Amino acid sequence: MKIAVCIKRVADSETRVKIAADGKSLDEAGVKFILNPYDEFAVEEALQRKDKAGSGEVVVIACGPPSSQETIRTALAMGADRGVLLEAPGVPADGLAVARALAAELKDGGYDLILFGKMAIDDYNQQVGPMVAELLDLPCVTCVAHLTIDGGKGTAEREVEGGMEEVEFPLPAVLTVDKGLNEPRYPALKGIMAAKKKPLEVKPAALGTAGLEILALTPPPERKEGRIVGEGAAAVPALLQLLREEAKVL
Amino acid sequence: MSHVLAVLEQRDGSLRKVSHEVVTGARRLADALGGEVHALVLGAGAVSGADAAGRYGADKVITATNAGFAQYAPEGCARAVAERAKGGAYGAVVLAASAQGKDLAPRVAAKLGAPLAADVTDLGVDGGSVVVIRPVFAGKALLKVKVTASPAVVSLRPNVFTPVERPKAGTAETTAVAGDAGRVVVKGIKAAAGGALDVAEAPIVVAGGRGLKEPANFKLLEELAQAFGGKAAVGASRAVVDAGWRPHGDQVGQTGKTVSPSLYIAVGISGAIQHLAGMRTAKVIVAINKDKDAPIFKVADYGIVGDLFEIVPQLTEAVRRLTSA
Repeated sequence: MKIAVCIKRVADSETRVKIAADGKSLDEAGVKFILNPYDEFAVEEALQRKDKAGSGEVVVIACGPPSSQETIRTALAMGADRGVLLEAPGVPADGLAVARALAAELKDGGYDLILFGKMAIDDYNQQVGPMVAELLDLPCVTCVAHLTIDGGKGTAEREVEGGMEEVEFPLPAVLTVDKGLNEPRYPALKGIMAAKKKPLEVKPAALGTAGLEILALTPPPERKEGRIVGEGAAAVPALLQLLREEAKVL
Repeated sequence: MSHVLAVLEQRDGSLRKVSHEVVTGARRLADALGGEVHALVLGAGAVSGADAAGRYGADKVITATNAGFAQYAPEGCARAVAERAKGGAYGAVVLAASAQGKDLAPRVAAKLGAPLAADVTDLGVDGGSVVVIRPVFAGKALLKVKVTASPAVVSLRPNVFTPVERPKAGTAETTAVAGDAGRVVVKGIKAAAGGALDVAEAPIVVAGGRGLKEPANFKLLEELAQAFGGKAAVGASRAVVDAGWRPHGDQVGQTGKTVSPSLYIAVGISGAIQHLAGMRTAKVIVAINKDKDAPIFKVADYGIVGDLFEIVPQLTEAVRRLTSA
C-alpha cells in the first residue's frame, strides 16, 4: 500500500502569540515548532496501514520554509520511508495555493491513500485536504475518527453535530483525520537515528497566485476584567442574579 | 453589483438553525455589494423551514433537488453549489463553518478555483473586496484578510452571526439537479447518546476539567446542562479527554473545538493557555474553581472560588427553579 501523508510545521499549542514587526505574522523568536498534532494521527495511521498490508511505502510531504525539514524528520523518525519538501518562503494564507502545490506533487505518485490531519492548529484553515482531492478528482472524507479499509473500499466515521456520520468511499482516496483515530507513537531513539539517513528531497513549491491577502494580525480584544462573585455555594444566588440582570444571558 | 449565494444546511429534510446565521452574514455582504441574496438549499425534496430564509434577508430561496441529497452528499452537493455559483453573477458564496460546511466549502472553492476564507467571525466589504476577520492560533490572534479573487467563498463560525430579521421577498424556486450523488456516500448518522447538542453549536457550554476528580463526576455537569432545558452541552478540557474520561468531540481548546456560546461555565478547569484559546470568544464566562489564583479567573466575567462538589449541585437547583418558573 502506497500512502502519502501531507504534514505541516506549526507553532506549539502552548505558544504565547506575539505579533511580528510587520504586523501581519507571528514573531517566531523563542517559539517552539512541532509537527502539527492532527498530522501525527495521519502519520500513525499510514504506518499502521502499511504494516497491515505487509508492504508499501509511506511518503511524507510538507509545503513550507526550509525549517520544515525538521518536521519531516520527525515523521521519518516515527517510521515513514521518505520525505519531500515543497519549499516556499512561508505557507500562504490561501489554502488553495498550498493545495495546488501538493496536488502537483501527488498527481502521478500512484498513491492508494493520501492522508492529512483534519486541520493545522496555526492557521485553522481546515481546507487543503479536500481541495487537493478536488484538484486530483479523488474521493475524499474529512475529519475521519474511525476507519475500516477492505480491499478497494473504505468505511469511515466522522463527527457531526450530535452524532457520528457513517461514510463509504472507494480507494484511492484523500482522507483528513481527527483526534481519536489512533494513538500516535513517539519516535524511538533508533527511529531518530534511522531518520537521519532516510531520503528527503527538496524542490520548489508550485504555489501559483494566492487569492487571499493578509492585511493584519492582531491580538484578540482583551476581555474586560471579571470579578469573583463570592466563595462557595453561598455565592450561587448572586451569580444567578448577575447572569440574568447584568449579563442578560439567562 | 454582485449577488451573494447563501448555502443553507438541512438534516432529515429540516433546515438547520445555523442557516439563519448564514443568511444574515450573506445579507450583510449583499447590502455592501449592492446585490441580492440567493439562498440555496439542497435536498431530496422540499426542505421544511427553508422559507425562513426570506425573513432573514434572502431575495430568492432556491431548493435544488436530487434523490441522492436526502443525506449530505459531499461530491454531488459540491458540484450543485459550484454550478449554481458559476451560473450567477455572484461576488461571494457564504456557508456555515459547521461539520458539513467545513467539508463542503473547500470542495466548492476548489471547483470554482476561488479562495476560501474559513471560519470567519466578522466580514465586510472594502473597496469592492470582501474583507474578513478569522481567529487563528485557536483565537490567540485575529487575522484580517482581504479576498483578492472572485467569488469569495466564506464560511461563518457558528454562533457568532446573530440572526437578524430583514424580511425580503424570499421567492421560492425549485430546480432538479441532474447526475448522481457521487462516490462518497453518507449512509446515515448515529446519534450521540441522549441526542446531545454539540459543544461547538450549543448556546450554553458547561465544561469540566481535572477538578472533577473522576469521570463519574461529570454526571454533575450533565445535570447542570440538563437544567438549562436542552440549550446546553457538556465540554471538557484536554487533560480529561486525554485521560479518556470524555470523548474527543467534547474537547474545547486549541487541539479541540473553539466555541463561542452565550454562556461558558468552566468547572474545575484551571485554564491552560491552549484551553483559554478555545473559549475566550464566549460572550459570558463563569469559572468555578477551588484555586483563587487559577488562570481561568483572568478571563472569567464571574467567578466563584470554592468546592465545585458543593457549588455545582446548588447551581443546578437554582437554574432548574429558574427555567421551570
